[in-house]
Amino acid sequence: MMNFKFLVEGGDFTNAGTASSDVKKMMKQLGVESSIIKRTVVALYEAEVNIVAHAFKGEIEVTIDEDKIYVKLADEGPGIPDISQAMQKGFSTASPKVREMGFGAGMGLPNMKANADILQVNSVVNQGTVVEITNFFNVNNG
Amino acid sequence: MTVQEIATHISGVIVEGEKHKIDPVECAFASDLMSDVLTVNTTKRIMLVTGLANTQTIRTCEMSEIKVILFVRGKKVSDEMRELADDNEMVLIETPLSMYRTCGILFNLGLSPVY
Repeated sequence: MMNFKFLVEGGDFTNAGTASSDVKKMMKQLGVESSIIKRTVVALYEAEVNIVAHAFKGEIEVTIDEDKIYVKLADEGPGIPDISQAMQKGFSTASPKVREMGFGAGMGLPNMKANADILQVNSVVNQGTVVEITNFFNVNNG
Repeated sequence: MTVQEIATHISGVIVEGEKHKIDPVECAFASDLMSDVLTVNTTKRIMLVTGLANTQTIRTCEMSEIKVILFVRGKKVSDEMRELADDNEMVLIETPLSMYRTCGILFNLGLSPVY
């Protein structure tokens, strides 16, 4: 089992994606199937960008087992008042700055769901959000 | 169609990844919205056509396994973007043409859309 942690700063768009990039390199080194790498890093990158876009700071914990990768992204931030609303395509509270970076179209959470075998989102308003992504290495994702 | 052929037809300049200029491109996707780019699902050799020039454009393509990015409307690639692209063995092309004109020319030449 391998375990890694990354710290993410809110508003730091210059470094947004570095954790996802490192995870991609690790998965490649481990010889994980490329389609599973892509699904995982797309979901993770969306979640990482969400921390940068919405939260003050966050921590990403990555655990890689023989059969799966589990990523937990916990942030300190405004939280999500209505998760089911946030899961709908097109719903977004992103700032104009986030939109200038090419995000904030309300695609993040739906896209995470599409690229994760298991996605869990828990949030407490004015405290923060925890996103958990699990992808299995040995299942057929059709 | 190769990267070089694409650049030639749209008055483009390869500003990074010159060594990949004879690499083939099978299809293209055009968007300024990175969230949309992240939904593209293909195993073909794809090129992104975009007017959004920042480091997140490169990061998005890194995650999406897109190796060729064509920047339209005269958008300039920064040194930071070039470095990141080099790390990921990408090709970056700049063209002064508009998105619509660029896509029209390449479509007419037979470069397929993803969908």
